[in-house]
Amino acid sequence: MTDSTSAQSPAPAKVRTSLLTQNALMKKRNAAEARFKAYGVAAICVSLSVLAIMLWTIFSDGVSAFKQATLSFPVTLDADALDPKGNRDRAEMMRVTTIGYTKLLNAQLLAHLEARGISTEGVTDKDVAAFISRDTPARVRDMVLEQPALLGQTIEVSGFATGRIDGYLKGRVTRDTAERDTNISVAQLDLADRMQAEGILAAKFNWSFLTAPDASDQRPEAAGLGVALIGSAYMMALVVIMVLPLGVAASIYLEEFAPKNRWTDIIEVNISNLAAVPSIVYGILGLAIFINFAKFPQSSPLVGALVLTLMTLPTIIIATRAAIRAVPPSIRDAALGVGASKMQTVFHHVLPLAAPGILTGTILGLASALGETAPLLLIGMVAFVANYPASPLDGGVLDPATALPVQVYSWASRSDPAFIERSAGAIIVLLAFLVTMNIIAIILRRRFERRW
Amino acid sequence: MYDAPNLETRVTQTNTKITARGVQVFYGEKQALQDVNVDILDNTVTAFIGPSGCGKSTFLRCLNRMNDTIASARVEGEILLDGENIYDKRVDPVQLRAKVGMVFQKPNPFPKSIYDNVAYGPKIHGLTRSKAELDQIVEESLRKAALWKEVKDRLTEAGTGLSGGQQQRLCIARAIATAPEVLLMDEPCSALDPIATAQVEELIDELRASFSVVIVTHSMQQAARVSQKTAFFHLGNLVEYGDTSHIFTNPSDPRTESYITGRIG
Amino acid sequence: MSDSTQHIASAFDRDLEGIQGQIMKMGGLVEAAILDAAQSLADRDEEMAEKVRAGDKAIDELEELINETAARVIALRAPTAIDLRVVLSVMKISANLERIGDYAKNMAKRTSVLVQMSPINGSHAALRRMAREVQMMLKDALDAYIQRDAELALDVIQRDRDVDQMYNALFREFLTFMMEDPRNITACMHLHFIAKNTERMGDHVTSIAEQVVYLVTGQMPDDQRPKGDNVSFDMPDAKD
Repeated sequence: MTDSTSAQSPAPAKVRTSLLTQNALMKKRNAAEARFKAYGVAAICVSLSVLAIMLWTIFSDGVSAFKQATLSFPVTLDADALDPKGNRDRAEMMRVTTIGYTKLLNAQLLAHLEARGISTEGVTDKDVAAFISRDTPARVRDMVLEQPALLGQTIEVSGFATGRIDGYLKGRVTRDTAERDTNISVAQLDLADRMQAEGILAAKFNWSFLTAPDASDQRPEAAGLGVALIGSAYMMALVVIMVLPLGVAASIYLEEFAPKNRWTDIIEVNISNLAAVPSIVYGILGLAIFINFAKFPQSSPLVGALVLTLMTLPTIIIATRAAIRAVPPSIRDAALGVGASKMQTVFHHVLPLAAPGILTGTILGLASALGETAPLLLIGMVAFVANYPASPLDGGVLDPATALPVQVYSWASRSDPAFIERSAGAIIVLLAFLVTMNIIAIILRRRFERRW
Repeated sequence: MYDAPNLETRVTQTNTKITARGVQVFYGEKQALQDVNVDILDNTVTAFIGPSGCGKSTFLRCLNRMNDTIASARVEGEILLDGENIYDKRVDPVQLRAKVGMVFQKPNPFPKSIYDNVAYGPKIHGLTRSKAELDQIVEESLRKAALWKEVKDRLTEAGTGLSGGQQQRLCIARAIATAPEVLLMDEPCSALDPIATAQVEELIDELRASFSVVIVTHSMQQAARVSQKTAFFHLGNLVEYGDTSHIFTNPSDPRTESYITGRIG
Repeated sequence: MSDSTQHIASAFDRDLEGIQGQIMKMGGLVEAAILDAAQSLADRDEEMAEKVRAGDKAIDELEELINETAARVIALRAPTAIDLRVVLSVMKISANLERIGDYAKNMAKRTSVLVQMSPINGSHAALRRMAREVQMMLKDALDAYIQRDAELALDVIQRDRDVDQMYNALFREFLTFMMEDPRNITACMHLHFIAKNTERMGDHVTSIAEQVVYLVTGQMPDDQRPKGDNVSFDMPDAKD
């Protein structure tokens, strides 16, 4: 306790380092940090540029699908030709096939061109008739059969032009390629220019891209996403109806009620495994069980929904469990302390608080299911479906349909460049849906997160 | 000449509400409580004090079978509430918890409106037949919790929007809305500032007229202020149990004295 | 005054009011004891003297109770600031009151003895006046306590000088009596002790008043306690 410091040699004087200069160690650390930041920024830049390239490619290819070359000219619906018996009987009128309408339209177009003073020099009548898409007479026929009162009147028909003309307007077909192409001549292209100048031919916004069913190779201009959209919609609706109760109930049971033993551990591990299984395996599963064994109709939204449900279920279960676990135990304690039973605690307190998380997980699961192609291919949804499925109440879920991503695949594998263009357009629609669903998920999450 | 008013020193002879005999609690292999014997009286505030990990919270949670929610917990011995063993096989813990309410350390109101917070208990236990009755129970509970004046104009606002002290009083109102016979409080003031603490302690003093209160506290001063009977726990044993004024002026067991005077942790 | 608003914990208020009430009760008993003792001396009333002596027991019991209660309040409430001064002052005041009570009892005891002897003229009135003065001081000190009036307390402290003067006068008077007639010595000695005890009572009342000042201001008053009795230093000439 005595002061022993006097016995020791004096300690070396402490040098105070200045704060204003950095020592070597700090400099190295700062340099390392700056390098790391640079790597991060570079990685982000690379990712963003790849994303930008992808989006630009898609958009540049697909935006044109939303416009379609359209011919507009007046057509007098000649009652004699279209309703020979004159009794406006539908069955009778149906005997006049599209060929009859085609002849009528061809004649009317030629007449109109003459009337407008557009020279058809160098182009045969047959070639002029080739301007009109095969889809247009069918449409006019449907229209007349629906409204027989139109007979005898002159209506303004607005129908698609044929694929090559459309290609010309969009720049796919040029005078050089036309020389080598058997389906189109340079003279036809010149006529197209003249018709465009007069306003008979124009590229108009193509609503039927979204509403029309798929079309054959002979008339790509009429192909649309109608069936695919309906098929996807039915499937999504069915998936939500099936996956939510199943997934949430399974999750609640596993999290709240199941005893914590070996079996539940095994189940947990396997659920995570299921989430990682490749989607095509689910397709095989669906084929084996639903189509071969249960004999559900192939290519129906019901089977597609069943397969997608199985695929999405692990994701929903995992998301729900995370949401339930995020509810603080103090709320559970409070509910139990007041004398609520386990069920009441879960349904009155835990679930409402976990709901935003469950909702977000569901929407994200649905968004990824929306974009799944492989399993749907295996259960046959790649078939060419030209008719809309009926309404759900009439068993429409069992009618053959297709889905958006599958439609993209099937168009992309066809030869006509118009289909390629359409598949890019379909990708745009698909992306729009996905982005919308993700934005909704984000908004919902933000909105409900402020609760506590 | 001044009259000496009645001093709050002695507990008048009251009934025993809870009797614990030979209570032992195990968490898996580890024994948390050994052979606890204690009589909790009615209309009395009983405080459990002791250092961290001494078992006071564990014992408190035995009284309303909250330990049932912990998978590895095992309770032996008997705990009688008005003569009935609460660990009897025929007893439903849910029903028990309507009679033995609990308030926790951190205020935990439900993320619902103030009204719904208080009304939840009576609703699920079917204690009321009409909305008017429910309104009355909510008002009475909030009044008893000394919160009515502050919230009567905003019963539909979220319970989580109140201050810490108000939230804890809301939790107390919620607990007493089910007309419990015993109120258990696990360190109810540890998350509150001194003024809110004093308000809650004053509230506890008023509540003991209606039921028995058992409070676990790590603040000896709080136990001294608020309780009439005090139990000192140490390393899983109940060391001493007696009148609060006796324990704090002249405890019988030297361990109690060491703890109270701050000589052991 | 900060102790006029209530504590959030109302039981604390009740405890403090309790012990202060006990002090006032004790003070009342002591005041009565002083007056009764003086009265019994003046009237040569043995019964009353006996009553005073018996009454001291209650005063002692109250002091014990007050100490117990104060200890309990300190243990359970951990009072601070003015609350602490209230409790500490109560303990000191009760000790002072108990001593005053003892002096009153002693006065009554000596009165019982004096009654057996022949009366000495002229002294009783003075003694009674002195006792009355002390009792008035005590009453004022207790009033100052309950009203937290430091001015009144300081006034009480000053009045002790008068009591001391009265004692000086009585001391000389008794000396005169004793020198006049040696048969008076026994009685005068008793009377002297009575006077001395009364003067000591006054000192205790002063001490109580000092506690009141401490309670109100937080500091003991300057030690300007008037020391009026100079008999120890100023011996009268025996030849007078």
